[in-house]
Amino acid sequence: MIETRTLPTRYVTHPGEIKTSSGKTLRTDEMIINMGPQHPSTHGVLRLEVVLDGEIVVDVIPHIGYLHRCFEKHAEHMTNYQQVIPYCDRMDYLASMNNDWGYALAVERLMKIEVPPRVEYIRVIMAELQRIASHLIAIGTYGIDMGAFTPFLWCFRDRERILDLFEMTCGARLLYNYIWVGGLSHDLPPGFVEKAKDFCAYFKPNIKELNDVLSYNEIFVKRTANVGVLPADVAINYACSGPTLRASGVNFDLRRDEPYGVYDKFEWDVIVGKGEMGTVGDCWDRYMVRVWEMEQSVRIIEQALAQLPEGNVQAAIPKRIRPDAGEIYVRTESPRGELGFYIVSDGSGTPYRIKARSPAFVNLSVLPEISRGCMLADLVAIVGSIDIVLGEVDR
Amino acid sequence: MYELLQQLLGDSILVYVIGAALPLLFILPYALVTVLLEMKVSAHMQDRVAYMYTGWHGVLQPVADIVKLLQKEDTIPGVADKTLFRLAPYLVFMGSYAGFAAIPFSSAYIGSDIDLGVFYIVAITSLAVIGILMAGWASNNKWSLFGAMRSAAQIVSYEIPTALSILVAVMITGSLNLQDVTHFQDGGFWNWVVFGGPLPLTQKLLLLPFTLVSFFILFIAGIAEVNRTPFDLPEAESELVQGYNTEYSGMKFAIFYLAEYANVFLVSAIVVSLYLGGWTSPFGEFMSGPIWGFFWFVAKGMFFVFMQIWIRWTLPRLRVDQLMYTSWKVLTPFLFVCIFAVGFILVV
Repeated sequence: MIETRTLPTRYVTHPGEIKTSSGKTLRTDEMIINMGPQHPSTHGVLRLEVVLDGEIVVDVIPHIGYLHRCFEKHAEHMTNYQQVIPYCDRMDYLASMNNDWGYALAVERLMKIEVPPRVEYIRVIMAELQRIASHLIAIGTYGIDMGAFTPFLWCFRDRERILDLFEMTCGARLLYNYIWVGGLSHDLPPGFVEKAKDFCAYFKPNIKELNDVLSYNEIFVKRTANVGVLPADVAINYACSGPTLRASGVNFDLRRDEPYGVYDKFEWDVIVGKGEMGTVGDCWDRYMVRVWEMEQSVRIIEQALAQLPEGNVQAAIPKRIRPDAGEIYVRTESPRGELGFYIVSDGSGTPYRIKARSPAFVNLSVLPEISRGCMLADLVAIVGSIDIVLGEVDR
Repeated sequence: MYELLQQLLGDSILVYVIGAALPLLFILPYALVTVLLEMKVSAHMQDRVAYMYTGWHGVLQPVADIVKLLQKEDTIPGVADKTLFRLAPYLVFMGSYAGFAAIPFSSAYIGSDIDLGVFYIVAITSLAVIGILMAGWASNNKWSLFGAMRSAAQIVSYEIPTALSILVAVMITGSLNLQDVTHFQDGGFWNWVVFGGPLPLTQKLLLLPFTLVSFFILFIAGIAEVNRTPFDLPEAESELVQGYNTEYSGMKFAIFYLAEYANVFLVSAIVVSLYLGGWTSPFGEFMSGPIWGFFWFVAKGMFFVFMQIWIRWTLPRLRVDQLMYTSWKVLTPFLFVCIFAVGFILVV
């Protein structure tokens, strides 16, 4: 005989009764509905178990793991440290450069490698270009979540130019394997600097255009302002990071507060949500922080391009990567927030253990907290505003 | 029109069948053109080029789409209520198709020249709600049901502003027969109801703000009635997957689409007939007559179809509560003021 098993449910439903005019009693209850894993606006294979009272969201439970690819276990079974980098590419596939850099930086700190200044500058340029590309997707898909299709394709049009720059540099358009431990796979090709400058000049007016059609659109503001408000203390308690944290008014950016690379050599501002259209930390703030961050990234890129030093980008690449036994935790600011790599080395050629602290995973955990009591359409707005990439949530 | 057919074919059932099928001769080519127009307009708004390979600049793509949809397997979910599931798309299309019966395409052609034409259109287009509810319920899918419920609430709410803004035009023209309403506005664009109708100048000027407001409200409410962005909540793909037609595929899905495009033109046709002179020429006697009348009617109608496409690809979508708010707290009070003022001006 098969034993039936009831799975523990964590959500609370509120069954009730109503009397009809003919004196019958009807049972009422909330509706439990699966949003995803195949749903247009869960940004990948996220499954949300939503308890709905009409259009009101009573509770929501995110279920993850549909894109789990054993990054950490794979990393332990490579033949050397360098081979882990393509796997880092595939974690957050919209911000591969930033992921590579986070991992490469951790190994470099573990081995105490000093990379040449040219490498640092190129890494900053690449990371910021990647940040713009990633934010463009976040903004564009957020427009789709709100029902505006046109800004999405405008964003993709601009992202295309960035991908062209990457393709020119390392041949790949999505997963680059460009930032290596101690250096880079290729130097910048001739003409890159001019093209990148062209892009900066081309891109700045487009931000204004985007703001005109989407950000300050009356309907868009009504849909996002005062929705899914994430107060600063809740954001800190849930360890949110990146734009999600900054939109709540917390002035914290690892590029400035724990400088890596050469970020301390440039002039730029950390963007913080101000509650311009509603409350601090609402969906509109989270969206808008990304828009303004793109502008700051352009500033950084322009300065880095102007100061770019000469040098050999492969000078510091070690012949064999064999860090001494020890451990290290390095965190960097990826487009989604604090991306941490914890690496334990036993002195051999492969990492003994790697743990990635993924910002999207941590940010996602705040979803139930801020979406109880909102409407179904708001839930879509909140999920979109957190900007998760399931590849990174599940790793 | 019927007289002509009766003279040609005698008094047989064939006359009525042909008479009833005539709007199809317009709707089907129109739908093909509009599908292409929608794709091309949206593409150029988004820095794309859309279809380019099927025929010159992809003009044959809608035909190819229909051929594809005809060939597709017609799936019905196992748990669906099969009868209702099959019936629903036809009911939705019937609602909008029947509406075309009272639309005057030209001075020589109106499907049915009934005195309650406008009233008939308002009543018969509500039939689509039943079809949509049926589709949502029969699909046995929670998302579909959600879409259907939203749609019912939306169409019922927006019927009020639609009917009220139609009333404003009816008060000025003094007729519910769309052919009479159009004749009333004959003689150039300054005689259109949107500019106050062919009344004395002082009355025209007094009426102008109210007719303009109710004209815009009729257009907005019309967009909401046919579930197009920014009011496309019943099929909001980012929330409800595809709303009430999630489970539909193949030709049934195509019928839903056809109904949507037929509705888009129906709304434009009502706006044009009531407020913009229908088939009358904007330049008085210049370029007028039955054939030119058809041209003007379709041209004006297609302009509003283009407007709806333009709006669709520009604006985000409203939320359910905001949708209701717009209908009940913004549009309806404005129209009450309009009706009161128009009545006052006409009487005094």
